[in-house]
Amino acid sequence: MHKIESKNVNFYYGTNQALKDISLSIEKNTVTALIGPSGCGKSTYLRLFNRMNDLIDNTKLEGQILIDGVDIYAKSTNVDTLRKNVGMVFQKPNPFPKTIFENVAYGLRVNGVTDKKFIEERVINSIQQVALWDEVKDKLKKSAFELSGGQQQRLCIARALAIQPSVILMDEPTSALDPISTAKIEELVYELKDKYTIVIVTHNMQQAGRISDTTGFFYMGELIEFDQTKNIFTNPKEERTQNYITGRFG
Amino acid sequence: MKTNYKKFQEKFIEGLLMLSGTVTSLTVLLIVVFLFSEGLGVFNKKPIDDDFNLTIHAENRISKLSPSQVKNIFDQKIKNWKEVGGKDEKIILFKIDDISDFYTDDQLGKDFKNLSWCINDYIVKHRGVIAFFSKKYISKNFKGKILDVDKIKVSEFLSGDEWFPTARPVAQMGVKPLILGTLWVSLGAILIALPLGLAAAIYLSEIANSRIRNILKPLIELLAGIPSVVYGFFGLVIIVPLIQQLFNLPVGETALAGSVVLGIMALPTIITISEDAMRNTPRAMKEASLALGASKWQTIYKVVIPHSASGITAGAILGIGRAIGETMAVLMVTGNAAIIPTTLLEPVRTIPATIAAELGEAPNGGVHYQALFALGCILFIITLVINLLVEFVTKRKTLSKH
Amino acid sequence: MDKDLKISRKKKINQAIAFSLFTFLSYFIVAILFVILAFLIYKGIGVLSWGFISEMPTDGMTSGGIYPAIIGTLILVFGSMLFAFPVGVMAAIYMNEYVKDGWIKRFIKLMTNNLAGVPSIVFGLFGMALFVNKLEFGDSILAGSLTLGLLALPVVIRTTEEALKAVDDTFRQASLGLGASKWQTTSKVVLPIAFPNIITGLILSIGRVSGETAPILFTVAAYFLPKLPSGIFDQVMALPYHLYVISTSGTNIEKSREMAYGTALILIIIVLISNLAASRLRKYFGKKVKMN
Ligand SMILES: Nc1ncnc2c1ncn2[C@@H]1O[C@H](COP(=O)(O)OP(=O)(O)OP(=O)(O)O)[C@@H](O)[C@H]1O
Ligand SMILES: [Mg+2]
Repeated sequence: MHKIESKNVNFYYGTNQALKDISLSIEKNTVTALIGPSGCGKSTYLRLFNRMNDLIDNTKLEGQILIDGVDIYAKSTNVDTLRKNVGMVFQKPNPFPKTIFENVAYGLRVNGVTDKKFIEERVINSIQQVALWDEVKDKLKKSAFELSGGQQQRLCIARALAIQPSVILMDEPTSALDPISTAKIEELVYELKDKYTIVIVTHNMQQAGRISDTTGFFYMGELIEFDQTKNIFTNPKEERTQNYITGRFG
Repeated sequence: MKTNYKKFQEKFIEGLLMLSGTVTSLTVLLIVVFLFSEGLGVFNKKPIDDDFNLTIHAENRISKLSPSQVKNIFDQKIKNWKEVGGKDEKIILFKIDDISDFYTDDQLGKDFKNLSWCINDYIVKHRGVIAFFSKKYISKNFKGKILDVDKIKVSEFLSGDEWFPTARPVAQMGVKPLILGTLWVSLGAILIALPLGLAAAIYLSEIANSRIRNILKPLIELLAGIPSVVYGFFGLVIIVPLIQQLFNLPVGETALAGSVVLGIMALPTIITISEDAMRNTPRAMKEASLALGASKWQTIYKVVIPHSASGITAGAILGIGRAIGETMAVLMVTGNAAIIPTTLLEPVRTIPATIAAELGEAPNGGVHYQALFALGCILFIITLVINLLVEFVTKRKTLSKH
Repeated sequence: MDKDLKISRKKKINQAIAFSLFTFLSYFIVAILFVILAFLIYKGIGVLSWGFISEMPTDGMTSGGIYPAIIGTLILVFGSMLFAFPVGVMAAIYMNEYVKDGWIKRFIKLMTNNLAGVPSIVFGLFGMALFVNKLEFGDSILAGSLTLGLLALPVVIRTTEEALKAVDDTFRQASLGLGASKWQTTSKVVLPIAFPNIITGLILSIGRVSGETAPILFTVAAYFLPKLPSGIFDQVMALPYHLYVISTSGTNIEKSREMAYGTALILIIIVLISNLAASRLRKYFGKKVKMN
């Protein structure tokens, strides 16, 4: 069974069709990169996997998206449970106006966990997973805003990990960061692959090449090509893909 | 030539603009100067009418009394001169109205021609006398002693329990009942307005869709635009009788009526400012919360409200400020009794209402007039503190963002 | 899993309770507004007539009209704006276009904010001390207009500043880049674009000023003066003060209730019109700007 499956997905903002007939499948414990020019629908597509687009008025979805074989848009699906299972990391670091500790504990608390010991273990564990522990262990009670941008982004990843999702969505997670922080996050993504299935949107071709197993190229709401990353970058079947990755447009 | 002219024109215009830019600062400065020069003047004055004198027997040791001592003497709470440091002698109050009890019409003469003489005579004959009468009845060979009264002290002004500036012989200028009245009414108003306003702000910024918001926001702006005198009138004809009936009171003009009216008036300030603050919460921050499985409501109270806490605080403080400074509405519905309030169901009198009600009757430059300016100073200081507080609260927020 | 669902359900119930409470309270506020408006309109509408707005008050202000109060308020609004509008707009231009960020700007801003927070009764005190007594204008249109003008100043400055801020910087750069001077850029490019919003601010401050009572109590307002002023050193009646007088201390409060309802309604109508005009104008100009 595929981890994620998308079947003939169409998506509309009002009358404007943002996604056209997207079908693909993503395997467990892989990193999938979504690339394409600005406005082609990458974020829109990514946000379908945790039903983030539900929050926008006047949208419509056709087709099916399955995670672990379950239709996530089915009536019987509980959105809370889905979002617990599918974590998300955003373009800009967006910690909450809380302490470092409380940021990571947030997902547990809102999902009804009250056991103090358990929360503490989870928080420490998640911060360790993103290799942030040594940097923050003495200031867990300090505001998360006191961290650097790169640290904040790793904290946001830790925050997503704390509720133990099986899928992690990342929308251009390094676009607001400096090269060193970027490298750290890339390394982290590579390590997280053992435990999680990761889908990442990126504008950075090298990044896609370095960290992903599979790559999907979007263009004007369509999925032009979806293949092993090495194939996409060395031997694309479509001319438009070729043009994009060699930087001729976009 | 031409470029020179152009340069001059540019400079001239810039100068003109700069001048306009300074007008607000200048106004604040002038307000401070005028308010405080008049207001502080009250502490240089005696709380006794310029045209009147307090006189005692020439052999009385006392030469000066404090305003509260005089008041207590005339209220007959002090009955013996030894209580104020004099000889053991019973105090005899003399009021000019009683003159005909002591002297016959003949003695007084036609049209009270001999009044001055009679007064003098009375004072000379009574060792314990204290008399209060107009300066014009002091004859050339007056044998009594004119009693000096202490100036009004700042501490007495601030802590005095009684506000009765037209009281005779000494005006009572204790602002405590007014300050407490102002605080009670404003506090009540904010207790009503804050929960309502916050609820509306949350609804408008997080729950209502854009269509409903576009209808409701102008309505709330309208609420802000209605003049306070109209609110006062509405309070007078609806809220006052309602409160009277509801609590079965002798009069409905109470602190509570003031609080209700002020609460309604403070709503738009609180709603607009806190709603702005909430809407400034980055979308990504809210989405991050939702993506972690939080419900919308959890996101609101765990992320949106903490994030906009400073804005909400600023809104609440400004709301209180509005309430404290509001004049007409309060004047019309609180009953204006200058007593220290013990419940919200009693009439009270606030500082602004006092100024509005009394300034018209206070003679220019007199003690009463200056005392009202001193009230203005208190009000000005309160609003200044409130503004600085808001400045401080919002500044802190911008710091924490970076 | 079962526990998850239970928690999820609890979350939903909490949210439903909270949201319905907020929705209810919001509509409660709207209901208050409607009660106020509906009541005053219902009581006042019967009083309104041509005579009411065009006749002098008679019988100790228990009958007749409120003509002099209307005219008085119009004069005061006009007079105060004559002062506050140009000065306020110029101050805002100075703040937004000329002065650089720094302590001067911060100071002026702080002072303007402070002035905006000063209670209107304090303006009344100040106007009385400065204009009426010190400058010896007496209780007069001049003193009242200046007092009201000072009160309106921060409002005008703030709305103008916002209007200027909304003008995209590229316009300024383009104009300056073509060799235009600062004032040319401001007067020919920035002001025309900001104009609709500035006018909107003006209209809103007119609405505000026309209802102010406390500042005119001791600077201009006449209790009863059944004739029109002949100069700027005359007193006038004014609508808000008139309402205050006849509803609290008139010769016969019960008998003048009718008049009070009518006056309150006129005041509300002024506010309604100015709010409506402002939003109409904003919409109208908003469209026009977009079309260009
Ligand atoms: N909330 C929205 N309402 C209406 N249209 C939207 C909304 N969000 C995105 N769109 C439209 O959907 C299309 C796809 O947008 P999307 O954000 O998915 O692009 P993207 O590939 O992520 O671009 P970028 O690389 O710039 O992030 C765009 O044309 C955009 O205008
Ligand atoms: Mg995107």
